[in-house]
Amino acid sequence: MPVKVAEEWLNACSGCEISILNIGDALLGLLPELNFVHIPVLIDHKYFGQTGDGKTLEIPEADVGIVSGGVRNEENKHILEEMRAKTKILIALGSCAANGGIPAQANMFTKDDVFEKVFRSSPSTDPAPDPDHPNVPKWLDSCMALDEVVKIDVTIPGCPPHPDWIVDAITALLEGKTSWSLPERSVCDTCPVIREEKSGGGAVKRCFENLEFDPEAGLDKMRCINEQNFLCLGPVTLAGCAGKTGVPRCVQARTPCRGCFGPIRKGARPMVDMMGAMTSVGLDPKTVVDRRAIMNRYIGAHGNLRPLPARPVRR
Amino acid sequence: MGKVINIQPITRIEGHAKVAIHLDDDGNVADTQMHMQALRGFEKFVEGRPAEEMPRIVCHICGICPWAHHLASSKAGDACFGVTPPPAAVKLRRLMQMVAYVGDKLLNFYFLAAPDFVIGPDADYSVRNVVGIIDAAPDIAKQVVHLRHLAAQILENFAGRAIHPTFSMPGGVSKPMTESERSEIQGHAKELLDFAQFTIKFAKENVFAKYMDAIQNLGVIKVGHIGTVTDDGALDFYDGKLRLMKPDGTYDDFASDEYLDYIGEHVEPWSYQKFPYAKAWGQGFALDLSNPAGIYRSNCLARINVCDKMATPLAQAELEEFRANFGRPAHFTLLYHYARLIELVQCAEHMMQLLEDPEITNPDIRTKIEPRAGRGVGCVEAPRGTLIHDYETDDQGLITKANLIVGTTHNNAAMNLSVKQTAMELIKDGNYDQGILNKVEMAIRAYDP
Repeated sequence: MPVKVAEEWLNACSGCEISILNIGDALLGLLPELNFVHIPVLIDHKYFGQTGDGKTLEIPEADVGIVSGGVRNEENKHILEEMRAKTKILIALGSCAANGGIPAQANMFTKDDVFEKVFRSSPSTDPAPDPDHPNVPKWLDSCMALDEVVKIDVTIPGCPPHPDWIVDAITALLEGKTSWSLPERSVCDTCPVIREEKSGGGAVKRCFENLEFDPEAGLDKMRCINEQNFLCLGPVTLAGCAGKTGVPRCVQARTPCRGCFGPIRKGARPMVDMMGAMTSVGLDPKTVVDRRAIMNRYIGAHGNLRPLPARPVRR
Repeated sequence: MGKVINIQPITRIEGHAKVAIHLDDDGNVADTQMHMQALRGFEKFVEGRPAEEMPRIVCHICGICPWAHHLASSKAGDACFGVTPPPAAVKLRRLMQMVAYVGDKLLNFYFLAAPDFVIGPDADYSVRNVVGIIDAAPDIAKQVVHLRHLAAQILENFAGRAIHPTFSMPGGVSKPMTESERSEIQGHAKELLDFAQFTIKFAKENVFAKYMDAIQNLGVIKVGHIGTVTDDGALDFYDGKLRLMKPDGTYDDFASDEYLDYIGEHVEPWSYQKFPYAKAWGQGFALDLSNPAGIYRSNCLARINVCDKMATPLAQAELEEFRANFGRPAHFTLLYHYARLIELVQCAEHMMQLLEDPEITNPDIRTKIEPRAGRGVGCVEAPRGTLIHDYETDDQGLITKANLIVGTTHNNAAMNLSVKQTAMELIKDGNYDQGILNKVEMAIRAYDP
């Protein structure tokens, strides 16, 4: 008996949905097990009935609900509440759903700042009042993670989440389990680079030049990125970006981790912990340029990022 | 005023939209609007971010075309810092772009568009989808799933990430390609090229020939076009001059950093998405179906209209056949699906050419950058159209201003006109059904927003 699944995307980019489609050959085996009753990217089910005659927004009942994206506007919130009401197990898929993701960087600014920029101070735009219409959903005060609005049963983090974990979590639910989570390990725990517990010391370098490495040799021959004096958020980021096998994806590209899987455990303080990790290899955390934004790049919800006061307070 | 028909959400597209069709008292279409409902505010929240971090931030604008944003941003950063990436870096950027676009075009055609044509526009929604395709053509579906995955694997194995890449940055790319990586990718790339050729042949025989009537009637409008071409007029996805074509086929060429002289953006109160228009035509902006002003289209149909030729031989042969049938510029909206597959062939061929280029394995792939104040306009052709990233930096290399015009945004006005045309054509005297409303959506899906 196939399991009924409903899927929605909120304040998102559709990368999570593409990651579902990137499951690969296993997708064809998995699809018949899943009866998608609602998934806007693939199936034409409509909120108000197929000819739009319904009076209220309705999503069909399902065993499993999957939601990607954070909550940015009134409609996102309404759809999320409808998903919660109609599904037995609700999955938050991806970094935006789990922690706000990149769009929660907007939490550093007020709504007025953003709308002023977009609709009145862009050089190509003929200045106009903010869009205001019943069919254009109003922004909420901040970009929220899903668990700030409703109860979430399962979280699959990542930007995007690796297809391995999507299959793993869904398979667990198909087997009748009601919870699923990634093991609490850091990206560094899965990273094969050479670590000597010390860096060149002093200031953190920006990515104006590439890492030092031998392209013919594996990552196990490359020195740790923090120890090369560049900022890498591996120490405070949940492992899993490479799926069940493989090495951390950004490190595979010979670039530093920016924390897309979010904190290693609920309640962790990645920014504080990262400052500690840097200090322990002799780096000066105060030299990180744009520190607040970079260390909260994917986790700006849950109040982690807020607008700064109009006048910065002098120390 | 009569009733309003709401189609929500617009499905099998890559965003949040709804269509409202307003009927008059006789049940005929008085007006229509396609409401774009999402706004995230990237232009604002990138202010203050280091320019070298931008390519890995703005790629999150779109999870389907992250490589386009990644590369436009890298190019804007190159210009802000005043550096020229080494030739091998540019070739690797182009190679990754082509692999990503092949995957994207396969996704659009088979998963998003094909259900309307293979299952049928009037079929029930429960079968008019990718699962229906898998049932109707299991062998092809198996290959599509396999090859899309293969394209993603090429990107992931070499560049770390298929979605939301970190590989490219101002000054070049993060790692060179080794000989063994090159030869491994070459084998896979050949499979993708073969399947691209199969796909366009399959579509010409089984889809476009069968739907000629729909092609000539559904969503048809006559407006301008924009795209990027090389100095000798060939279609290019990574670099070149912008070409803005009027509905009659005459055009202006300009450098991407002159875009503000040619393109303006209009705001309507009923949509978060702005409406770019051809400011240079001096007509202003009017969303008037019988007399549109300033409206042009982007994405594949626009590109193959503005280019003099395709850049690769198999794609050029396809373009010649297309033009023999539909002329230049071609205006029928559903021809976007055909144009997309001509581009698929060019992307696959160009990918093979790049892999055969001896310079692709040159280890010199990054020019060191120094922070400075500057401005840079980075422009590439995203799958969905001309993508413009315009940044200004302060002396520390932090972003002070960013202006973004993304591919689908150029099509906002044109999609609204196509919706109106289709609704007026099909909804009469208050008669409509789910098949008719799906055809209104088909006019939108052609643009692949």
